[in-house]
Amino acid sequence: MNTRLLKSENIIASSMNNGKDVFLLEEGAEAQVRTLLLQKTKLDLTAPHISVKNLNVHLQKKHVLKDVNLDIPNKAITCIIGPSGCGKTTLLKTFNRLLEQSVDVKIDGHVFVDGEDIHDKNVEIINIRKKMGLLSQRPCPLPMSIFDNIAYGPRIHGNRNMKELSRLVENYLKAAGLWDEVKDRLHSPANRLSIGQQQRLCLARGLAVEPEIILGDEATSALDPISSKKIEELFVELKRDYSIILVTHTLRQARRIADYVVFMYLGEVIEAGSADEIFNNPQKELTREYISGAFS
Amino acid sequence: MRKFEERFFKVLMILATIIILGSLFMILVAVVKRGLPAMSWDMVTKIPSGGFYLGKEGGLLNAIVGSLYLVLGSTVLGLIIAIPVVIYINVYLPKKSFLADITRLSADVLFGIPSIVYGAFGFSLMVYFGLKTSLFGGIIAVALLITPILIRSMDEVARLVPKDLKDAALSLGATRYEIIRVVLKQISPGITTAILLSIGRAIGDAASVLFTAGYTDSIPTSLSQPVATLPLAIFFQLSSPIQEVQDRAYAAALILTLIVLALSLAARFYSSKFSKNKI
Ligand SMILES: Nc1ncnc2c1ncn2[C@@H]1O[C@H](COP(=O)(O)OP(=O)(O)OP(=O)(O)O)[C@@H](O)[C@H]1O
Ligand SMILES: [Mg+2]
Repeated sequence: MNTRLLKSENIIASSMNNGKDVFLLEEGAEAQVRTLLLQKTKLDLTAPHISVKNLNVHLQKKHVLKDVNLDIPNKAITCIIGPSGCGKTTLLKTFNRLLEQSVDVKIDGHVFVDGEDIHDKNVEIINIRKKMGLLSQRPCPLPMSIFDNIAYGPRIHGNRNMKELSRLVENYLKAAGLWDEVKDRLHSPANRLSIGQQQRLCLARGLAVEPEIILGDEATSALDPISSKKIEELFVELKRDYSIILVTHTLRQARRIADYVVFMYLGEVIEAGSADEIFNNPQKELTREYISGAFS
Repeated sequence: MRKFEERFFKVLMILATIIILGSLFMILVAVVKRGLPAMSWDMVTKIPSGGFYLGKEGGLLNAIVGSLYLVLGSTVLGLIIAIPVVIYINVYLPKKSFLADITRLSADVLFGIPSIVYGAFGFSLMVYFGLKTSLFGGIIAVALLITPILIRSMDEVARLVPKDLKDAALSLGATRYEIIRVVLKQISPGITTAILLSIGRAIGDAASVLFTAGYTDSIPTSLSQPVATLPLAIFFQLSSPIQEVQDRAYAAALILTLIVLALSLAARFYSSKFSKNKI
């Protein structure tokens, strides 16, 4: 746990520097992004972090996820792509067991995280959620100050040390590229932030729980290109320690950062494979059409 | 033609506004005009002495303090019932729930029942349990009266709490109990408004306390003693044939009006602050 903490702090420190570079020398930062792009992870699917077996989900009698079988690689970025309404959000919400909060849900099949079936009776639901930081499609600040938003996760999991909390808040706000904008008003209500700022706040808040898996549901959709790039960079850095699953509508973003790509269509996983395979040599006609922008 | 229509409705609206503002103004003038001369320091600092109701010395401190006791007790009791109900139907029950709909409907019906019915119901309860008119009885009757108001006005705000908010807290690993705290925090301005609204209702109601709280010239020292209230102080003094006593009724009315006015303004202030905070 301690080494984990140290590692992620290093990452945050380095991403801080990157953040500065973006502001100071745009071109240098661009180059950096490009080099980062080359750091694609070698995929190892022999020990997947999440493994989905025959997953079927019905929401209000509607068959939303159909026979999903999927392995999510460990410590890599997986991008889930597919047209609107194909079940991407539903899949993410199944992973952290948030889906069962909805009315009339039927979940069949298995989801294994680190080899453990998350729907097993003995599994502590809080631990599952803590393991996965979900950044939802619409950012939703808690009704409290910016500081308290970030400190919320650590606090409910037992961290009451004010000094440590301040340090965490600063670190994660820096990691999400929000620190400079909010450092003078940490104690003002979080819902006064702009939507893009709220999205970064939610990212910082999610990271502060120290998850192992980050589930990002269009985590950069409300951001301008520069901050969006900063977050992308951050994800690329974070994948050293975390497995990251990102839902994205931007194929270019997927091309830039994905190691592994899952293409979904109408509740089914049509094709999954390394970014290279999916983007350069898709096996299925449907994937090819989607990648080429024939439909969206 | 359309222009005429527009002007017609504009005039109508102005008229309606004038009637409302005018009646408020006239009520204030009537109360102040007759109440102010009868106002004195004694009115708010002394309890009635013998012969007060014949125009002799004393004040209304018994009724002022009595009303405050009653309002405090019934608001606390009302909240103890209303908050769990609101939390239950908004956090525990799903969005479209039959039970939640039934609860809201009953609160609406209870909301519309006249306060004298609550008084009568409270009275029959007290007869059943062998209680005399008392602060306790009054608190129960008034709590019954204001609980539907509390439930409905808090529920209005709690329903607006987005599902995303609960999901966000759950994703961070919050338990149901921690979710409740987040929801309460989110609706806290609404709770304040609800409390102020129901205090306004509770403090001005005569019918519910007539048979349940009774009336007394002293300040109660225990829950089982009867208690005086401002609305009843107005009622009793107004029915006196003595001019001076009647004027004191207006002084009591003035005190009551000022308290209610202050509370409505406070409620207004809080709810506008609330809407500013929302995005
Ligand atoms: N609570 C629900 N009840 C019934 N149907 C639902 C519910 N939530 C989602 N659906 C349906 O399930 C399907 C998948 O929805 P989901 O939100 O997972 O799509 P998505 O891929 O995330 O889309 P988008 O890209 O627009 O966010 C949609 O057809 C949607 O209408
Ligand atoms: Mg979605």
